[in-house]
Amino acid sequence: MSEADAKFAAALPQPPQGARFGWVRHIGRSSVALIGLSILGFWIVVAIAAPWLAPFPPNQSIRPMALPGAMGPNGTTFWFGTDYLGRDILSRVIWGTRTVLTYAPAATALAFAVGISGGLLAGYRRGWADEVLSRLTDLVLAFPALVLYIIIVSKFGASGLNIVLAVTLASSPAIMRLTRGLVLSLRTRAFVAAAQLRGEPAWRIMFVEILPNASGPLLVDACLRLGYVVITIGTLGFLGLGLPPPDPDWGSMVNETRKFALVFPHMVLFPCIAVSSLVLGLNLLADGLRELVAQE
Amino acid sequence: MTATRETLLALENVSVAYRTRAGLLPAVLDVSLRIQAGEAVGLVGESGCGKSTLAMAIMGHLGKNGRLTGGSVRFAGNDIGGMTREALRRIRGPGIGMVYQDAMSALNPSLRIGTQLTEVVRVHLGGSQAQARAATHAMLVETGLADPERIMAAYPHQLSGGQQQRVVIAMALLPQPRLLLLDEPTTSLDVTVEAGIVDLLATLRRTHNMAMLFISHNLGLVGQICERAAVMYAGEVVETGDVQQIFTQPRHPYTMGLIRCIPRPDLPRSLQRLIPIPGQVCAPDARPTGCGFGPRCDHFVSGTCDRAAIPLLPAGTASVRCVRAAEIGGRAVTAPTAVDVQRGGDTILAVSNLDKVYPLRGRTKDVVRANQGLSFDAVRGQTLAVVGESGCGKSTFANVLMGLTTASGGEIMFETIDLAHLPVARRPAALLRDLQMVFQNPDETLNPSYAVGRQIARAVRKLGVARDKAGVRARVQALLGMTRLPEAYARRRPSQLSGGQKQRVGIARAFAGEPKLVVADEPVSALDVSVQAAITELLLDIQRTQRTTLIIISHDLGFVRYIADRVVVMYLGQVMEVGAAESVFELPCHPYTEALLSAAPTPDAATRRDRIILAGEPPSAVSPPTGCPFHTRCHRKLGAVCETERPAGQALPPDHRIFCHIPVAELTRVQADASLAGRSNQAPIDRSVTASDC
Repeated sequence: MSEADAKFAAALPQPPQGARFGWVRHIGRSSVALIGLSILGFWIVVAIAAPWLAPFPPNQSIRPMALPGAMGPNGTTFWFGTDYLGRDILSRVIWGTRTVLTYAPAATALAFAVGISGGLLAGYRRGWADEVLSRLTDLVLAFPALVLYIIIVSKFGASGLNIVLAVTLASSPAIMRLTRGLVLSLRTRAFVAAAQLRGEPAWRIMFVEILPNASGPLLVDACLRLGYVVITIGTLGFLGLGLPPPDPDWGSMVNETRKFALVFPHMVLFPCIAVSSLVLGLNLLADGLRELVAQE
Repeated sequence: MTATRETLLALENVSVAYRTRAGLLPAVLDVSLRIQAGEAVGLVGESGCGKSTLAMAIMGHLGKNGRLTGGSVRFAGNDIGGMTREALRRIRGPGIGMVYQDAMSALNPSLRIGTQLTEVVRVHLGGSQAQARAATHAMLVETGLADPERIMAAYPHQLSGGQQQRVVIAMALLPQPRLLLLDEPTTSLDVTVEAGIVDLLATLRRTHNMAMLFISHNLGLVGQICERAAVMYAGEVVETGDVQQIFTQPRHPYTMGLIRCIPRPDLPRSLQRLIPIPGQVCAPDARPTGCGFGPRCDHFVSGTCDRAAIPLLPAGTASVRCVRAAEIGGRAVTAPTAVDVQRGGDTILAVSNLDKVYPLRGRTKDVVRANQGLSFDAVRGQTLAVVGESGCGKSTFANVLMGLTTASGGEIMFETIDLAHLPVARRPAALLRDLQMVFQNPDETLNPSYAVGRQIARAVRKLGVARDKAGVRARVQALLGMTRLPEAYARRRPSQLSGGQKQRVGIARAFAGEPKLVVADEPVSALDVSVQAAITELLLDIQRTQRTTLIIISHDLGFVRYIADRVVVMYLGQVMEVGAAESVFELPCHPYTEALLSAAPTPDAATRRDRIILAGEPPSAVSPPTGCPFHTRCHRKLGAVCETERPAGQALPPDHRIFCHIPVAELTRVQADASLAGRSNQAPIDRSVTASDC
């Protein structure tokens, strides 16, 4: 029998090896995901190459109130115009990419670290740990997130670290809830019981046996949430709770120039387009990944 | 089957294909089948053979991506394939009725049963609401539902699985179809409930003079219901003919293989040996030329079997799609000499008075009594089977034994350690190594995220068999070899394996630490028939070479009879009967065991016992009946004593205990009478049947 089995097995088409994140490698199948990934890639390149791409130093005052396309000194052009202090908007948008692509992923990563750990604990352990964590989650989620941000940032001061902490506090409960739900459906699978029966410690069962199987939905959520955090950081900047001036940040740029928006719409338009395109890219990527995860 | 009967359904060379990303995938190929009015025809085959697709083609409902690519389906002379939607609507229901496998999803969960059934009547037959209700009421009574008013007022989730399936059958029958398609109608039901449905179908067929197409993977069931059967393999009908002839003189090698794969509850294991079919069903896009079964066939001859497509050729009264049928077919499938029965040693596991009580969720004080006073032993090196219907507490016992939950009382002595109150987290490493488990569902037993070799290696390392890289690697290869998996499979992920292969990996993992005792919870019930046989043989083989004690949790009596040395029969958390397999499966036995045995479908009419249909539904384990828990459904109930006193075990030599009030001598007499009479299970014993409905 084994001989016949082997003969038959050899005739079977050999699937590719190592398919844990197979759907990630099939990203080309989803055009939506590809477009999203391209937009995100574009902004990452912009952030990395900011010193070479930006025509002017971001905080240098050159000529106030220049319209887009106006000529600058020495044959240069203000492609996006300048703001009320005479700073080149194109350069500020380019440098602002660095800000948003530093703090948004950092805040999202921390929020996921906290949320996933809490969700694993609550979902796997159940009992009092679940009760406590779930009630805490309810408490934070019952609070309007924006009010929460304003309280934290105005209480502890506007700094990059505080923004990251505020975002973590506000968004980790939702991640915890998502993770907990995923864990609840995974913890009853036989492979978890098998791990318990060979004496694996609880942390290993949570992080090594269960977590990788929840990675698909979590990754989709991470893309969406990164988009929300980009908006949040922009909103905080707009409310004057962003990074301290003068360093460029898209939200603060809109805030500083909104008084001029009626006359010089370009001052708010370009930072807004930047935020929207990045968020759109992340949302498209999330949609595409969701499709791929669902196919899996 | 008289020639004068009208042909109701005629399939002529029907081919169906599904449009997919990979192109047109053929699901059904060149199927021709005729069903006369009033005739019952079975359609047998393993999953993926195209049975359900064929049913959908008959209904003219192939979905968006399915297409009839050849041939014709004619119902009462009309071509289904060429019908308009409106014409199809008139055929479905009054012409062809359908009963699906999953009754729960066939019923609308948010409408009362009465509403759903009366709607069927009004749509198809018209009439007033009152007439429709009266017709529904009568049909529910006819389908054996004792309290139709209550059923009509209920929502689907308030009914048991058996009741739901009866409602679905009633729904299909209300428009008075001339042909009823049944797609695995009893597969998800317990064996005793299944016996009731099968009985009902036989009665309904007679009273309504209705034709049936009964689709099943279970040859035994088809044998009980149908006169003719068609065996399907990889989209083709490979053999058709009289049911009894197919079982006794199969002509196609696939049919022979299937019959050799099924352990029979009516034969002791010294008289049977399973022979699995090697390999697996070919993918629809990778059909071999010639015979589709060729790559798995023992009789394959290159140049003869793989030259051209093989037609369905008449062979006597039957037809068979095999060019070598004349040389190889038509003989009875002989049972090869079986292996000797394991001789036992000392007691390795002693369960005494084990109780497990689960609190119900919410603020009630009610508890589920999952295990009550279990007492039995397991002998080293033997196989002990724990048998019973779903909800009888057999899996709870396995979980307590493995430490996934702890007992509420009593003890389980494993050698010298009491396991009953020792959760797995507190068990020492040596104990973890000694006790391992094989799980039911092949899709859940392995972690989908890791290559299978890595998962086995982890068990090897964790259980302390080998620690260094080379040692672990060697052990993993040895385990793969033991479970007959190619070594290269170590790099595969579970999604790249078939169900049977996953189950093999699960077995390899369980045996990684050379355990003394392995618990297998329904290890084959989720697998196809041919794979079941392979896994069963594998378990027996490993046990023989390793001298491991096996505890098998199962509801499948054929499997249990084949594999077990000792049997524990459980009902509602209590032991009904315990003893050596040879004595439990012979008379006398507990009335519950008797009912289970009679309900188990066997293909061969000659050896079939008269079915005992248990009344009502199993009671709830929250408030189990007093006295003997089985008294509410027992067909041999004595009287008041059964309701008030829990029976003490009656011992029979050599080591057999029956927990019943009927004296053993009396049991022996009435059961022998019943099985001799062949038709009567109403043996003369003083009793008053309480037809308890739930």
